[in-house]
Amino acid sequence: MNLPDYNFTALTPALILSLWAILILLVDLLFGERIQRWLSWLTVAGLLVTGASALSLWNVRAEGFSGMVVLDNFAIVVTVIAMIAGILAVLLSSDYLVDRDLFRPEYFALMLFSITGILLLASGRNLIMLFLGLELLSIPLYVLTGFARPDVQSEEAAMKYFLLGALASSFLVYGIALTYGATGSTDLLKIRDALQNVQVITSTLTLGGLILILVGFGFKVAAVPFHMWTPDVYQGAPTPITAYMSVGAKAGGFAALLRIMYVAFPQIASYWTGALVLLAIATLVVGNLLAIQQSSLKRLLAYSSIAHAGYILVGLAAGNNRGVAGALFYLLAYAFTNLGAFGIMIALSKKGEEADSIESYAGLSSRQPWLALAMTVFMLSLTGVPLTAGLVGKIFVFSAAAEAGLWTLLIVAVLTSVISAFYYLRLVVLMYMRDPINDFGTQVHLTPGVRTALALAVIGTVLLGIIPGNLIDFTNQTLAITTQTLVALVH
Amino acid sequence: MLQSYVPILILLVLATGFALISILLATFIGPRHPNTRKLSPYESGMTPIGPAMRRYPVRFYLVAVLFILFDIEIIFFFPWALIFRQLGFFGLVEIMVFILILLVGYAYVWKKGALDWE
Repeated sequence: MNLPDYNFTALTPALILSLWAILILLVDLLFGERIQRWLSWLTVAGLLVTGASALSLWNVRAEGFSGMVVLDNFAIVVTVIAMIAGILAVLLSSDYLVDRDLFRPEYFALMLFSITGILLLASGRNLIMLFLGLELLSIPLYVLTGFARPDVQSEEAAMKYFLLGALASSFLVYGIALTYGATGSTDLLKIRDALQNVQVITSTLTLGGLILILVGFGFKVAAVPFHMWTPDVYQGAPTPITAYMSVGAKAGGFAALLRIMYVAFPQIASYWTGALVLLAIATLVVGNLLAIQQSSLKRLLAYSSIAHAGYILVGLAAGNNRGVAGALFYLLAYAFTNLGAFGIMIALSKKGEEADSIESYAGLSSRQPWLALAMTVFMLSLTGVPLTAGLVGKIFVFSAAAEAGLWTLLIVAVLTSVISAFYYLRLVVLMYMRDPINDFGTQVHLTPGVRTALALAVIGTVLLGIIPGNLIDFTNQTLAITTQTLVALVH
Repeated sequence: MLQSYVPILILLVLATGFALISILLATFIGPRHPNTRKLSPYESGMTPIGPAMRRYPVRFYLVAVLFILFDIEIIFFFPWALIFRQLGFFGLVEIMVFILILLVGYAYVWKKGALDWE
């Protein structure tokens, strides 16, 4: 009897991470509260081991389980982004949870399971696998969003996220079903082969499937008009979860979208480029304009996260090598910057006193000069000011759009980044040029976890910003190999 | 290709028509003598002792979910049991890993007190 070709190498990072999650549950069962303090560090260790295992497979390109999963450089880059988001979020979590009596070991296990979902999304080469990855990413996130129980806001956010997420998943499944009906396969490569046939290309089933798949992932990455859940869920969820969600869910969703669009549907690129351009323009305009009038920092960052989904969509819509590299680099830069910004919020928050009101940041520089400086770095990077990671990411995706000749999109993207400068820099102005209005920020206790996370985020944001030359070369070279598998199929 | 669906369409029309005609006929020509006994939910059964939409402990939900979980996982054993000779040692190791993961889940559920009723 012949077994199908299982090849565990292709699943190594995902296997390690899911086993580590089980290990954390077991450690909790065996030792209980005695190891509470060490649990977050154990989780970080698991993420480091997973990241190292992924990097050790660089350029290996393992394929397994009848082509269901493939671990190529693209998947490894996404894995590294997921590890960064995970490590920073876990470091920010522990003391936040203890402070608010929310500490339960399941938190870390759920987080690892959710990150495993990102890994599957990054390396799945079959629509079924990608759906599985998306669910594995989402279901723990629904639970984690409601983790601040019995806080009503958190429960409401979890319910909202769950209902709308389930709806989006059903759209995705329907899209997969239609695609299967049109092409006769869920394997991305076989879908591409089936699309050589003109009859299949012009079939309504193919187009319907493509659109529904776009809707399903558009929800996950918070693209307009599927963004309605974002502000409420971001505001209600515990802050470290918001931080992780803003980067993790995006990384997973975009990784899957990139692979589906570039591997399965290159033949009908002219269709989805148009759709993605429209999505990107709507996302950029709505996200940036609504962010202006927010008075809550968490909601501001929620709308800003919608806007940044728009910039990444610019890279996707470009449909070329540079677009893929740009989208990935943007995600990497966004991971450091956004988790850093949420980290400052967490550092300044206390139980029952969340540092959420933007007004209360007035005069922070006189009380917490270092935190104010770090926040300034993150805000500048989100705006896209030179010497920060954000600028390099933007240059990357903008030049990809220029290369593809998407001038309207490019103009909208540049104009909206100018608009974004208004609300990001307003916070900086508040911190440095106003007098404090209350005793906000007078008593701040920075724990080792938060300290490490903030330091890592600042270093990441600045380093990615000041060595772009080497990094762009590096990214181009490494991604050349990756994108051979992805983009070469487009042209 | 669409022609092959014609029988289904005819069946749909027939079924809908039959149901509609039966109901309409009964409405128009059927005798009606309502009384309290006839209008009760179970005309010839138990006397209702309270409303059906009552609150009941959420613990039932947890037990039901755990049951479904372990029940469905058992289903995975059947295909393995059918061909476990052909799968050989590899199959045995795989199913052991599967059982081990299940056991961890079981131990977790037990230790966390999800099986305690009181």
